Amino acid sequence: MWRYALRRLLQAVPVFIGTTLLIYAMVFALPGDPIQALAGDKPVPENVLQTLRERYNLNDPLLIQYGKYMWGLVHGDLGENYTGQSVSEMLGGRWTVTARLALTAWIFEMVVGIALGAWAGLRRGRLADTLVLGGTTLVIAVPVFVLGYTAQLLFGLHWKIFPTAGTDDGWPMSYILPGIVLGSLGLSYVARLTRTSLAENLRADYVRTANAKGLSRTRVVGRHALRNSLIPVVTYLGVDFGNLMGGAIVTEGIFNLPGIGQQVFTSIQLKEGPVVVGAVTVLVLIFLLVNLVVDLLYGVLDPRIRYE
Amino acid sequence: MSEGPVTALEPDGAAAVAVAGGEIGRASLWDDAWRDLRRRWVFWGSAAVLALVTLMAAVPRLFTGKGPNEGCDPNVSKLGPSGAHWFGTDLAGCDYYVQVVHGARPTLLIGVAVTLVALLIAVVFGTLAGYYGGVADALIARLTDVFFGLPFVLGATVILVAFPGHGMWAMTLVLVLLGWTTMIRIMRGQVISVRDADYVQAARLLGASDRRIMARHVLPNAIAPVIVVATLNVGHVIVGEATLDFLGVGLQYPEVSWGLQLGQAKDFVVDHPHLLIFPGVFLSATVLSFLMLGDAVRDALDPKLR
Amino acid sequence: MTEATGAKGSTVPAPRPDAPLLEVDDLHVRFRVRGQDVHAVNGLSYTLDEGETVAILGESGSGKSVAAQAVMGILDVPPARIERGSVKLRGTELLGLPERRRREYRGDRVAMVFQDALTALNPVFTVGDQIRELYRVRRGLGRKESKARAVELMERVRIPSAARRLGDHPHQFSGGMRQRIMIAMALALEPDVLIADEPTTALDVTVQAQIMRLLADLQDELRMGMVLITHDLGVVAGVADRIVVMYAGSVAEQAPARALYARPAHPYTRGLLASVPRLDRRGGPLLPIGGAPPDPAALPSGCPFHPRCPRAEAVCAAERPPLVAVAPGHDAACHFAAEVHGAEPE
Repeated sequence: MWRYALRRLLQAVPVFIGTTLLIYAMVFALPGDPIQALAGDKPVPENVLQTLRERYNLNDPLLIQYGKYMWGLVHGDLGENYTGQSVSEMLGGRWTVTARLALTAWIFEMVVGIALGAWAGLRRGRLADTLVLGGTTLVIAVPVFVLGYTAQLLFGLHWKIFPTAGTDDGWPMSYILPGIVLGSLGLSYVARLTRTSLAENLRADYVRTANAKGLSRTRVVGRHALRNSLIPVVTYLGVDFGNLMGGAIVTEGIFNLPGIGQQVFTSIQLKEGPVVVGAVTVLVLIFLLVNLVVDLLYGVLDPRIRYE
Repeated sequence: MSEGPVTALEPDGAAAVAVAGGEIGRASLWDDAWRDLRRRWVFWGSAAVLALVTLMAAVPRLFTGKGPNEGCDPNVSKLGPSGAHWFGTDLAGCDYYVQVVHGARPTLLIGVAVTLVALLIAVVFGTLAGYYGGVADALIARLTDVFFGLPFVLGATVILVAFPGHGMWAMTLVLVLLGWTTMIRIMRGQVISVRDADYVQAARLLGASDRRIMARHVLPNAIAPVIVVATLNVGHVIVGEATLDFLGVGLQYPEVSWGLQLGQAKDFVVDHPHLLIFPGVFLSATVLSFLMLGDAVRDALDPKLR
Repeated sequence: MTEATGAKGSTVPAPRPDAPLLEVDDLHVRFRVRGQDVHAVNGLSYTLDEGETVAILGESGSGKSVAAQAVMGILDVPPARIERGSVKLRGTELLGLPERRRREYRGDRVAMVFQDALTALNPVFTVGDQIRELYRVRRGLGRKESKARAVELMERVRIPSAARRLGDHPHQFSGGMRQRIMIAMALALEPDVLIADEPTTALDVTVQAQIMRLLADLQDELRMGMVLITHDLGVVAGVADRIVVMYAGSVAEQAPARALYARPAHPYTRGLLASVPRLDRRGGPLLPIGGAPPDPAALPSGCPFHPRCPRAEAVCAAERPPLVAVAPGHDAACHFAAEVHGAEPE
């Protein structure tokens, strides 16, 4: 197991470097003046542009620029906006909101997704299966912001079950509706994946063996088949954390939750490019970290992979 | 970032379809699939919707006499549906029905173009990497990992914020950049599993060139799952494009697309829900059709599930 | 191990000692696949006594595995359906039992060894977990005791350094060792009947012999009845007391092993024997059976073997031959059984 963990850690290093370099290159190495590009058509005084060019080391070669930027990033320095305000300060108190929202959504999609998927997988081809398949396909087909506004209109304004926006009611009340909206897409994939995986595993030879051992149906399904079916689901949950981070921008924008996503959302509208780049890069780093943890967990779940 | 077994946007089933390959079964695989598809109403329903939307995108004049952003009257903005304006009017007072008809083209074009380019990249490089292995394969696999480490919305947002220009081609480029990884992983995996099959070895012993083996033996037997994922991918790209439009980093006025219409509707949803409903229904029906088509093709190709 | 036998009687009905250990009668199993009815088993009957080994011999697709799973009660219903027939264990009818009661027989009274241990063992649990599960769930034993039992059992199937390997996963064992673990799991609750479904097919020839030896030894020790399912005449020869030859889901011939080898009474059995190399007939020609086994979804009329049979006549296509006795304990389903039986062995 330790060798597996070490190998995974070593494999993660080039991905970390490659992905951040990719973002950096796409933002700062495109033709034209990146600082002006980040401002879009917004007028920015020449002296501010000049300061920012120096601030982002744009006079150095690309790799040096990248090195300096990353060095700052790991020290919590995410750059400055056009008025000289530090990006990390702007984001300061917002982390808890985003963390709460993402975790609420993650738990929701994990628990409800696996339950729905198992329900459908056990009743393959019957009504439950059709309902889950149809419902999840529909959720995937509707953009998350359309779903968000619809949910806000119905559950917030119309029926007044949940608060419409903001975090005044604290966790969990203020986070339930945004969490469900944010997690709905992932839930659909988790349910579909669990369903297929479980239906496949129920036909596996070792399930026949478990039956031959005279175990109860609950034990055969719950311990033998489901345990194996969850291996791909866990991998997906890791990958999906990145989608949650992206979705948080949309969801926090809609429900006016004062998190990182909302800052990115408003910064895009205000054409505050440096803030967007700084915040999103950190979100990507978090995603990569979470994925690494999930990868390690994968080794625990599937013993075969440790000995590849 | 790992090479875990599940990487597809639509993760289930790609592997299951793979099993259906096999040299002898190839022709009959597609024949069987077609025979199976013909009997499904889902297939015909999706095909009908997609045909309608394609027609709308190709020849909007069949549906409306007006061009996009034509005949708008700012004095009648945000009207609800009526006899004069079936879908009401939008923020600028343009007839919403006309705008929605014209919104089909960019939406569909981006979805299809992105998927086709990504598919091409995936098939060419996935086949080469899987077939030859070695350094090129390792390089492509690492590169895939790097791009895969960039979640779609996050990656697209950060790139598009700095991107010069937000037209259709800029969008297509950025979405391709972030969208090729899933398909190449599946393609590569497929090719590796087919590469060592007996019939490929036999062709090699008979002196067939690598190019011939790849074109005649490997590709036809490896491509089915990737085609399925590509079909689903069109739907995913359309949703993704709409999300970027909504965030304000995608297409910009005066372009006309469903995503843009939905994005513009966001501040007026409460009082003017029709602004969200009409483009939303068209977009979702289109995406739904691509997803259901992909699902139907996959089920048809997978004999185990019949 | 032996002290477990006392506890086991409590969960199952009192046995009738005079009845045969296992009695399968006129078993019919159908599959419904893509709207087609597939006749997998068409009237299989055999009996098995304590300490006896009955081999069920047949080509792939002859229905032998399906029949075994039907006896075990682990067929997937649907698509499978047991249409009629009876399976009695010491006189108790198993087929009509509700699932809860039926489950108590599995593993406990009737156990099964599967063909490919790599897929038949759960890849994510250690072999120790999988063996101990039987003791913990079925016998309610505690942690320590179940562990001690598992080690004992693994030693019994001759797995070296058993205690240390308890925490290993199936993929860490060799093919032969994995099959030993399968066997250990099947024997854990000391069943009365062991069904071994192609237990050595996935193994190397040298390992095959070791596994067959082990099975035979354990059967002697535990006085089990064993149903050995195989397509391999070589595996059967050394261990079987009686042989049931299956063709297209029904019995073609059944006889004591020696009698069957010496004087087969069905042209199919004759064909099978002529198609394998034998040391005592070195240099003689090997005669394959022409044609292919019939499609179980579209069985031929009359005798299912007649399209491939060298001595088929008009009656064979028209009438299905009943199972008739050619000697005591020796039956064959052939219109010309007596003549085939009487003919000189080839």
